[in-house]
Amino acid sequence: MAAVRSMNKIYGLCFHGIRQMVGLKPSKLLQHRAFRVCAVHRQQPFDSSLEKPQFPGASAEFVDHLEFIQPNVISGIPVYRVMDRQGNIINPSEDPKLSKETVLNFYQKMTLLNTMDRILYESQRQGRISFYMTNYGEEGTHIGSAAALDPSDLVFGQYREAGVLMYRGFPLDLFMAQCYASTDDLGKGRQMPVHYGSKDLNFVTISSPLATQLPQGELYTLTSAVYMNIHVPVNIYMYIFLLNVSISAAGAAYAIKRENMNRVVICYFGEGAASEGDAHAGFNFSATLECPLIFFCRNNGYAISTPTNEQYRGDGIAARGPGYGMLSIRVDGNDVFAVYNATKEARRRAVAENQPFLIEAMTYRIGHHSTSDDSSAYRSVDEVNYWDKQDHPISRLRHYMLAHSWWSEDDERSWRKQSRKMVMEAFEKAEKRLKPSPELLFTDVYQELSPSLNKQRESMWRHLQQYKEHYQLDLYDK
Amino acid sequence: MAAAVTRFFLRGAGSKVPNTGVSTRGHSSFGATLLKLSPSCNVRTKTQRRHAAHFTFQPDPVPTQYGPTQKMNLFQSITSALDNTLANDPTAVIFGEDVAFGGVFRCTVGLRDKYGKDRVFNTPLCEQGIVGFGIGVAVAGATAVAEIQFADYIFPAFDQIVNEAAKYRYRSGNLFDCGGLTIRAPWGCVGHGSLYHSQSPEAFFAHCPGVKIVIPRSPVQAKGLLLSCIADKNPCIFFEPKILYRAAVEQVPVEPYTIPLSQAEILQEGSDVTLVAWGTQVHVMREVANMAQEKLGVSCEVIDLQTILPWDTETVCKSVVKTGRLLISHEAPVTGGFAAEISSTVQEECFLNLEAPISRVCGYDTPFPHIFEPFYIPDKWKCFDAIKRMINY
Repeated sequence: MAAVRSMNKIYGLCFHGIRQMVGLKPSKLLQHRAFRVCAVHRQQPFDSSLEKPQFPGASAEFVDHLEFIQPNVISGIPVYRVMDRQGNIINPSEDPKLSKETVLNFYQKMTLLNTMDRILYESQRQGRISFYMTNYGEEGTHIGSAAALDPSDLVFGQYREAGVLMYRGFPLDLFMAQCYASTDDLGKGRQMPVHYGSKDLNFVTISSPLATQLPQGELYTLTSAVYMNIHVPVNIYMYIFLLNVSISAAGAAYAIKRENMNRVVICYFGEGAASEGDAHAGFNFSATLECPLIFFCRNNGYAISTPTNEQYRGDGIAARGPGYGMLSIRVDGNDVFAVYNATKEARRRAVAENQPFLIEAMTYRIGHHSTSDDSSAYRSVDEVNYWDKQDHPISRLRHYMLAHSWWSEDDERSWRKQSRKMVMEAFEKAEKRLKPSPELLFTDVYQELSPSLNKQRESMWRHLQQYKEHYQLDLYDK
Repeated sequence: MAAAVTRFFLRGAGSKVPNTGVSTRGHSSFGATLLKLSPSCNVRTKTQRRHAAHFTFQPDPVPTQYGPTQKMNLFQSITSALDNTLANDPTAVIFGEDVAFGGVFRCTVGLRDKYGKDRVFNTPLCEQGIVGFGIGVAVAGATAVAEIQFADYIFPAFDQIVNEAAKYRYRSGNLFDCGGLTIRAPWGCVGHGSLYHSQSPEAFFAHCPGVKIVIPRSPVQAKGLLLSCIADKNPCIFFEPKILYRAAVEQVPVEPYTIPLSQAEILQEGSDVTLVAWGTQVHVMREVANMAQEKLGVSCEVIDLQTILPWDTETVCKSVVKTGRLLISHEAPVTGGFAAEISSTVQEECFLNLEAPISRVCGYDTPFPHIFEPFYIPDKWKCFDAIKRMINY
C-alpha cells in the first residue's frame, strides 16, 4: 500500500508540473491538493497464504456463527447541537464564537427570507404569481451552511434553499423578477417561480424534473389562467420535485478537484429526494471518484404528504452515508451554529482530503409543501404549531442575541418594518415590469439558433401579426 | 444493472466459443467477444455462415487536406479522436464502465496510460450516474466524454439526458450549460446482439430539443464528427455503429480535424431516386444504388444524413426536388422512427415534386430478435424491392 501511495504522490507531482507548463492560472495553484483518484489499481498484489477471507469485494474476517446485522433505528445517529431551544450554548468548546456582526447578519438574512416568503406566499394566494414554495422552519439550515462556505463554492440546490442565495447577496429584485418572470429575470421567464439561479453567486439554476403529471405546455396555460383571475383548484398542479442534482454535483466536484483550487461543491436535497435512484448514484460516484462534495440533506419529515416512515425504514439519511464509505453527521437543523460548525468542518476536510461528506439536518417543514398543497389534509395543526412556536431556528437565534444584548425588542420592531418595506418595494417594482419578449421562447435551446427553429420562430411572429388580438402581447417586452 | 447481468451472461457464452483468429490480449472483453462472432470479421467458420454480412463496407477516398493518414478501423479512429482531445484540452476527461483498461470495444486503449487515471477512469455501474456526472463536469466548465457501454443501456439515463442535459441552457437563461458533454455509445445491429446489444435508439432522442444526435458511417467520418461533437457547445450523443468497429478500415488523418454537424453528405449523385440513411445502413444503400443501376437502370442519389438532430433538411429536400422520389431506411423500428420525421417534412416541402409516395424501409415493430436477425433488418433486397415498386408507381 505504501508503494501505491508514493506512486500517487509522484503522479500528483507530474500533474502539478503539467498544469504549470500549460500555464493554467498558475497563480491559483499555490495550494496543491492531495490528488488521489480511483484507489483501485489495475493489478493488486495477491497473497493467498493467509488464513483469512480473500474475496476482492470486501475486507473482513471470517465468523463461525450465523448472525444478521441489525439496523440501528431505535437509537439512531445522535443529533449534534450547539445551543438549546432557549439559545444557550451547551458546550462552550463547540461555540463557534462568531462576531456580533456575523450573527446579526445571520439573523437578518433569515428574517428577510421569512418576510419575503410571507409576501410572495400571499401574492400567490391572490393570483399575482403562479406558484410559490416557502422556506418556513428551514431558514437555519440555509444560512448556517451558506455562511460556512466560500462564496466561490458551487451550490446545487433542490428548490427550498433560497436562504443560500439570500446569504450570498442575491438581490430581492432578482428573486421577485424570477417569480414574476419579468424582463429582469436572469432565467428569461422560462421556468416556474422559485427556480432561481445565479452564475455570479455560483448557484446553479434550480430545476424541477416533475413526476410526469403535467407537461410544460399545460403549465403555461395554467399560468395564463392565473393572470386572468380564473380560479385554479389548489391541487391541480401538485408538484413532486425529484432529485437530479446530486449526481451532477458529483461531476462538478470532480471537475473542481481537477482544477486544483480551493473549492468544494455543496448539494442540497430533501429526504424524499434521497429515495431517487440518482441519490444512490451521486453518493456512490462521489465516494469512488473521491469528490470534494458536501451532501446536505434537509430532513423535514415530509415529502409533500408522505411522512418519513413511508419514505424509508433505516435510520434516516445519515445512516446511509457509511454504507457508501462517506463520512456522515446528523445535526439539529434549527440550530444555526450546529449547521455552521458541521458544514465548516466538512468543507475543510472535503477540500483537504478530496472526499465527500454527508450532513443530515433534522428540521421540520412548517409551511405547506407549496402553494398547490394544503398540508392540513395530512398532518395536525398542533404538530405544526409546536415547531413554529417552540422550536424555530429564527426564535432560537433571537434568544441567543437577546442573551448577548445584541438585539432588543426595538431592534426587532424596526427591522421588521424595514425588511417589509424592502421586500414590498422590490415586489411592486417586479409587478410593474413587462414579461420578456416572446422571441426568447426560441433562444438558448441550443447555443445557436438552428435553421428549423428559426423557421418556427418566424412562423410564430407571422401568426402573431395576424392574430394579435388573441394574445396579450401588451404584457410582453417587444 | 441489466447491463451487468447480460454482460456476465454473454461473457460466459463467449468463453465457450473457440478462440479463433482475432488476437487475444490479456483482457477478456465482452465487446471483442461480440465482434469475434460478427460476420464482418475475417473469421468465418461453418457455423457462422448463416450470418452472411448484410453490407459491404466501402471506404471513402483518402482525405488529403488534413495531413498524414494512417490505416485505422472505426474503434481506432475513435481512440485517435479521444487521444487528440485529451492532448489539446487539459480539462477533458473520459469515463464510463470499463473504459480504464481500454473499453470492451477497445476504444480507449492506451489513453489511461498516456493521460493519467484522473482523466480516463471507470465509474460505478450506473448509467444515470454516468450521464449526471458528465453533466456536472460540463457545468463546471470542463470537457466530459461519457461512454454508455451499449446504446441499449442508455435508457436509465434518459431522464438525465432529456430533462437535464437537453434543457440546461434554456432553463437557466444561458447562465449555465452542459455544452461540454458528449455521450458516446456503441449502436446498431451486430449480427447476433439480440434485444439488448442491437438497438438504434436515435428516434427517442430526436424528439428532445436541446441535444444533438450524430451517427458516423466510417472511421474518417467517426473521427471528424466525434471531434465536432466534443467541440460543440451543446450536449451531443454520438452513436458508433459497433458492427463497423473492426470491419471498417480506411486511411484516417492522424491530426485532429472536424466534420460539420447538421450537414448531410451526398455520397453519390443521381437523378431518379434519393436514398437517405445513416450509420451502417449507408453502406447498404450504396450497394442498393449499384443494384438499381445495374438491374433497373435507375440512377440513385445516396445521402448520409450523419446528424439526426438538428438534421439537414435542405440537402435532403434539394435532392428530392431533383429526383422526385425518396426512400429512407434505418435499422430501428418503423413506427415513430426518424424516417417518419424526414418523410413528413419532405412531403411538406416537396409536395409538388414528389412522383411517388415516400418509402420507408426499416426494422419491423418488434424487439430486435436473436436468431431472426437476417429477416428483421432492412437489408439490400428489401430496399431494392422498394425502389422497384417506387419506380413502377
